[in-house]
Amino acid sequence: MLRYVIRRLLLLIPTLFFVALITFALAHAAPGSPFDKNENRPLPQSTIDRLNRLYGIDKPIHEQFILYMGNLLRLDLGSSLVKDRTVGEIISSQFPVSAQLGLQALLLALAVSLPLGVISALKQNSGVDYASMLFATIGTTVPSFVIAIVAIYIFAVNLKLIPIVGWGTPKHMILPTIILSLGAMAFLTRITRASMLEAIRQDYVRTARSKGLSEQVVIVGHTLKNAMIPVATILGPATAGLITGSFIIETLFSVPGIGREFILSINRRDYPLIMGVFLLYAFLIAVANLTVDLVYGLIDPRIKVAK
Amino acid sequence: MATITRPLSSAERAAELNVITRKQRSLWQDAMYRLFRNKAAIAGLIVIALAATMAILAPVIAPYSPTDYFTNNGKAAPTLAEPFWGDPKYYDPTHVFGTDAIGRDILSRLIWGARVSMLVGFVPVAIIFVVGVSIGMAAGFYGGWTDQILMRLTDVIYAFPDLLFLIIIMATVRNTDIGNIMGGLILMFTAIAIVNWVGMARLVRGQVLSLKEKEFIEAARSIGVPDRRIMIRHLLPNSLAPVIVAVAFGIPSAMLAEATLGFLGIGIRPPTATWGVMINEGFQVFSTTPWPAILPAVFIAIVMLAFTFVGDGLRDALDPRMKI
Repeated sequence: MLRYVIRRLLLLIPTLFFVALITFALAHAAPGSPFDKNENRPLPQSTIDRLNRLYGIDKPIHEQFILYMGNLLRLDLGSSLVKDRTVGEIISSQFPVSAQLGLQALLLALAVSLPLGVISALKQNSGVDYASMLFATIGTTVPSFVIAIVAIYIFAVNLKLIPIVGWGTPKHMILPTIILSLGAMAFLTRITRASMLEAIRQDYVRTARSKGLSEQVVIVGHTLKNAMIPVATILGPATAGLITGSFIIETLFSVPGIGREFILSINRRDYPLIMGVFLLYAFLIAVANLTVDLVYGLIDPRIKVAK
Repeated sequence: MATITRPLSSAERAAELNVITRKQRSLWQDAMYRLFRNKAAIAGLIVIALAATMAILAPVIAPYSPTDYFTNNGKAAPTLAEPFWGDPKYYDPTHVFGTDAIGRDILSRLIWGARVSMLVGFVPVAIIFVVGVSIGMAAGFYGGWTDQILMRLTDVIYAFPDLLFLIIIMATVRNTDIGNIMGGLILMFTAIAIVNWVGMARLVRGQVLSLKEKEFIEAARSIGVPDRRIMIRHLLPNSLAPVIVAVAFGIPSAMLAEATLGFLGIGIRPPTATWGVMINEGFQVFSTTPWPAILPAVFIAIVMLAFTFVGDGLRDALDPRMKI
C-alpha cells in the first residue's frame, strides 16, 4: 500500500513537469512582451529592456525554463507582472476563498444527491424518481452560467432577496454555492440512483430479505455500502468539475477567489500568474484523483491496489 | 398428413405454427426504429433542425446585421430597447427582442449566434471523428508505438478537465495571428479538436482491441482479406455504435465550450455574435435590463437539452446495455 502511494506520488512529477512544459511553451509562444500592450502610452525602449532584464525575459528560452523549474522546486512561482506581489502571495491570499466556496459546494452536493439518489432508486418510476431524474438531466445539461443568470435575475434583480455580486456575508455565499454545486449534485444523483438500483437487485440482498431482516437493515446495512463504491469514484471528476466551475461562478458573482484571478490574469497576460494557478490546479486535481483511487482500494476489497 | 420432404423456411414454419412474423430488420433499422419511438429524442431532433435552419438561413431571416448599430434607415438604433414582453415605455416595435448596450438588434444576433454555435458544434467534431477514428483504429489494430504514444497522451489529458486545457490554449494563442483568423473561429475549432480527439481515439482503440479477437475477423484473415479492408469493412462498422453516441454528446460539449469561453471573455472575438459573447456583454448591463443576457442563455439551455435528449435516445437505441 505504502509503496503504491509513493509510486503514485512519484508519477505526479512527470505529469506536473509535462504540464509546466506545455504552459511555459504556450505562454512564451504568445506574441509581444507583457510590457508593450499599452499603445497609448508606449514605454521607452530602455525601460522595456530593463523590465525584461528584471523579469529574466531577455534570456534565451531554454535558460528561462530551467530557471523557472529551478524556482518551482523551491516552490517559488515568480512575481506577478501586473501586481506588485509574488504569485505565491496572490495564491495564498485568494485560494482560501475558492477553497471555502468549493468545499461548501461539494458538501451541499453530497448532502442533497445521496439521499435523493437513494430515494429515487428505492421508489423507482414514482413521481419522486421522475422529478429527481428531471433535475439530474437539467443539472448536468444546462450550463451553470445559464442557471446562474436566471437565478440572479429572479432572486437578486426581481425579488431583491440577495445582493447580486460580492463576497463576505452568508447572504453573498448562498447563490454561488448552490449554483456551483448543481452540476456535481445532478451528476452524483444520477450515479447514486444507478448504483443503488444495481445494488438492490443483487442476490445477497434477496438473501438478506428472505432471512427476514427488516427493510431498514437491508437498505442501510447491505445495499448502501455497496452502492457508495461507484459514487466514491466520481468524487475525483466532481472535484475537477468544481474547480473549472469556480472560474465561471467566481467571475459571474465577483467572488475574490483564485478562479476569478485566473481569468483576470489571462486578460492581463500575466503569464507567471497564469502558469502558477494552472500548476496549482493540476496539482490539486492529481491529488484528488490519487485520493479517490486510494479510497476506492480501501472501500472495495475486490480492488487490489498494491501490486 | 403430408410428409415433409425439405426443411421449412422460417416463414413457412411460422405459418405452420400459426404465429405472426414481421419483416426482418437490420441492426441499424432496429436502432432507428427505437430512436424514433423515443419522444424526447424526436423533440430534440426537431429543435436541432430548427436551430440548424436558423443557422443556415441567418443572412436571409435576420432582420438586421448582427454587428451594425444602425436601423435599416441608417439611423442609430435605440440602445437597450426592451423586448416586446418588457417595459412598453422602452419597447421599439422594429426590434422585437430589443437591442443591446450599443443598439444592435438582439434577434439578429441570436440568429447569427446560432450559426457560430452550429459551426463550433459540427466542425471540430468532424475533425475529431476523422482523426480519432483513424488513429484509434491504427493503435488498436497494430499496437506498437502508436498505441504507446496514444496511451501516454490520454493519461495526461484525462487527468485534467477539458475546459482548463481550452482556457490555457485560448489564453496564450488567442493574441497571435492564428487567433485572429475569422475572429478566432479557426482557433476555436483547432483547440476543441486538439483537446478532444484523444478521447475518441481511445474509445475506438478499445473497441478494436475487443473486436479483433472475434471469430469473424479471424475468418476474414484466414481467407486473406487485406488489413486495410478488414479495418474499413469489418472493424469500423462494428465499432461505430459507441462512436456515434460519443459524437452526439461531443457536439453539445463543443458548443458549450465555445459559449463558456465566450462568456469568460476569452473565446471568439467581438463583434462576432455568439451566444457566449452575448451573455458576457449582456451581463455588464444586467441590472438595467436582463434580457440581452437571459435570451442567449435560454437559447443555449434549449439547444443543450435538445442534444442531450438526442444523445440519450441514440445511446438507448444503439445499445440498450449501455443505459445508465
